[in-house]
Amino acid sequence: MDLMNAIVALTNFVLIPGIAYGSQLAIGALGVTMVYGILRFSNFAHGDTMAFGTMITILATWGLQAAGITAGPLPTALLALPIGIAATAILVLTTDRLVYRFYREVRAKPVILVIVSIGVMFVMNGIVRFVIGPDDQNFADGERFLVTAREFKAWSGLEEGLAIKSTQVLTVVTAVIVVALLFWFLNRTRTGKSMRAYSDNEDLALLSGINPERVVLVTWLIVAALATVAGVLYGLDKSFKPFTYFQLLLPIFAAAIVGGLGSPLGAIAGGFVIAFSEVFVTYAWKKVLAYSLPEPLEPSGLVQLLSTDYKFAVSFIILLVVLLFRPTGLFRGKSV
Amino acid sequence: MSDTTRKIGLFGLVALLILGTGIVQSWNSALLILNMGLISAIMALGLNLQWGFAGLFNVGVMGFVALGGLAAVLVSMPPVPAAWSAGGLRVILGLLAGAAVIVAAAQVVNRMKRFRIPAMIAVLVAGFFLYRWIFDGGVAAVEAVNPASEGYLGGLGLPVLLAWPVGGLLAAGAAWIIGKTALGLRSDYLAIATLGIAEIVVAVMKNEDWLARGVKNVSGLPRPVPYEIDLQNAPEFTERAASLGFDPVTASTLWVKLLYAGLFAVVLAILLILAQRALHSPWGRMMRAIRDNETAAEAMGKDVTGRHLQIFILGSAICGIAGAMMTTLDGQLTPGTYQPLRFTFLIWVMVIVGGSGNNFGAVLGGMLIWFAWVQVEPLGRWLLELLTSSMSEGPLKAHLLDSAAHMRLLTMGILMLVVLRFSPRGLIPER
Repeated sequence: MDLMNAIVALTNFVLIPGIAYGSQLAIGALGVTMVYGILRFSNFAHGDTMAFGTMITILATWGLQAAGITAGPLPTALLALPIGIAATAILVLTTDRLVYRFYREVRAKPVILVIVSIGVMFVMNGIVRFVIGPDDQNFADGERFLVTAREFKAWSGLEEGLAIKSTQVLTVVTAVIVVALLFWFLNRTRTGKSMRAYSDNEDLALLSGINPERVVLVTWLIVAALATVAGVLYGLDKSFKPFTYFQLLLPIFAAAIVGGLGSPLGAIAGGFVIAFSEVFVTYAWKKVLAYSLPEPLEPSGLVQLLSTDYKFAVSFIILLVVLLFRPTGLFRGKSV
Repeated sequence: MSDTTRKIGLFGLVALLILGTGIVQSWNSALLILNMGLISAIMALGLNLQWGFAGLFNVGVMGFVALGGLAAVLVSMPPVPAAWSAGGLRVILGLLAGAAVIVAAAQVVNRMKRFRIPAMIAVLVAGFFLYRWIFDGGVAAVEAVNPASEGYLGGLGLPVLLAWPVGGLLAAGAAWIIGKTALGLRSDYLAIATLGIAEIVVAVMKNEDWLARGVKNVSGLPRPVPYEIDLQNAPEFTERAASLGFDPVTASTLWVKLLYAGLFAVVLAILLILAQRALHSPWGRMMRAIRDNETAAEAMGKDVTGRHLQIFILGSAICGIAGAMMTTLDGQLTPGTYQPLRFTFLIWVMVIVGGSGNNFGAVLGGMLIWFAWVQVEPLGRWLLELLTSSMSEGPLKAHLLDSAAHMRLLTMGILMLVVLRFSPRGLIPER
């Protein structure tokens, strides 16, 4: 029975949060990797794009709530999501038109584009703080739990409870749908194939009559959707704060690089690698060990390897190890 | 317009802006802007060394600045004997054990022939628990010593001016470790690596209370200049102030700030001269050759990675010196205030706007952008008040007025994008 308790505690505190966080990182990393694959630069403004999309979704959620429209047991933000995606799409397309296109035309070095994206990051950050302010916003509503700890205890008769938040299930379900759609699009449709061709070999793609501006346009649309979805899911699961979204840049980039920049499959794998290692290392293992080890071996401390404040360090160290031993990432991304 | 007149004109503009602040607002705020402007100029000089000379993409300036600040505490604060006797040695021993474990793991990888990776992991895991066992006890003992005002090991009690070079050394040490691992990688990877290191440095400073009290802050750092209150009590000073027509309180605050400005200007001048000499030496030309064409430089027998490591360390050290100076000016170390937007990306705006690759450009950018960063906020508030003056009182108007503080990010971003687009070489371009 003790072993069952240990497994339940592990599932409750490590596996479920890890899967949810991993899905959020994976969708974020997919956005970064798409920009890298097609537009060939590391987009430092991605975190703030996520923040912008989430902000619009929050505003729309408030509007819907004020109008008395809710999604029943589901969060209202799901209804507001399309509005957020549309607004973000307009924002990134305007940015591309005003800023990035010029550098594409003069074929600037990738590092210049990275610096330009830092400028864009400033502007987007400013817009978000200007509109919604720098504070925490909680916009999750609807049913909070799918399974509560008490229900689970009563059902199983175990000491440990297992709670599944509805936002966690929602995150995973949405992530699966989004990823399935994206892969179907990239592998099955004509536009998706032209995008992959453009990513593999730009000159050859141009010679085959692929319109680069169209590829870029579609890429930005997809990136806007991915960023908004990732941001909204993260915000529903935790909460929305502009600065946190900026800081998400680090684990997201770590995920994209660990998986291999430019490789969508790698981004997903990288997201889960980073998320699970963060949760593993910062979780206090006392409970699980107390259940699974015999009495005399029980640990006295919390058995927390690192305090949660160092979770950035975890994604960073994994990133370094991967870069040192396998510089192109797990899935052999681009190495330009 | 020749190069020199352009330089003189632009620096004259900065001087005019600061003088204007003094006349319109107050001399106190003008001197505040000048002091932080000088420090920002030094940071920009450091980053310019890395980006302008060598094309290294460092977005971890914040980390080096924070390390400089840490040095100010470690050098100048008096030691806490009670904490040292409670657990100081154990903390040091724990850190040494941690270092020994890493060395041992490296040895295992280098020496053993078979089972290298499992052996390394075993050494690391066992070593980690040993390290935590020694270290945690010491930390708990140290942090229990008078936690309201001490709870840390304190510093060395040396003059605070000594902290400036030490801050540079500390930053240089960190830069060496980062450079050794990350400099061989592509530019984007170096960017992410430095971004991560900076976050980690600040996280360590926020959480390791035994080191510098974490978010509880260390305040009351010793100063290299006299205290205002002492000046006000000194008869010679009050007499001289009166003869110049100042009241003693204003005169003392202005005098202290002027002294700081003098100190900072000396450091800036020394670093600027050194950077200029470096730029025009064979070494500087080699650096730019490497930046412009790595392959060709390597073919000419230049040690690209070695030179990159060298200049990365030098630039980071300058940022560390600036960080120590800033903490000295503030008189306190507040790890919670280190924000990447303010301490990394703003420095980037300074270098880009000023003119990357040109030392005078970096200095100009530092002063000018710092001035803009400070003044955009009141200007934005004024602008919003003007725009909303016809609006009726309501939540929207209140919200808009509240948001004026965030105008500066927007302005800086737009400024940077405009300069990059229309004048990518900056205000004072590289020759």
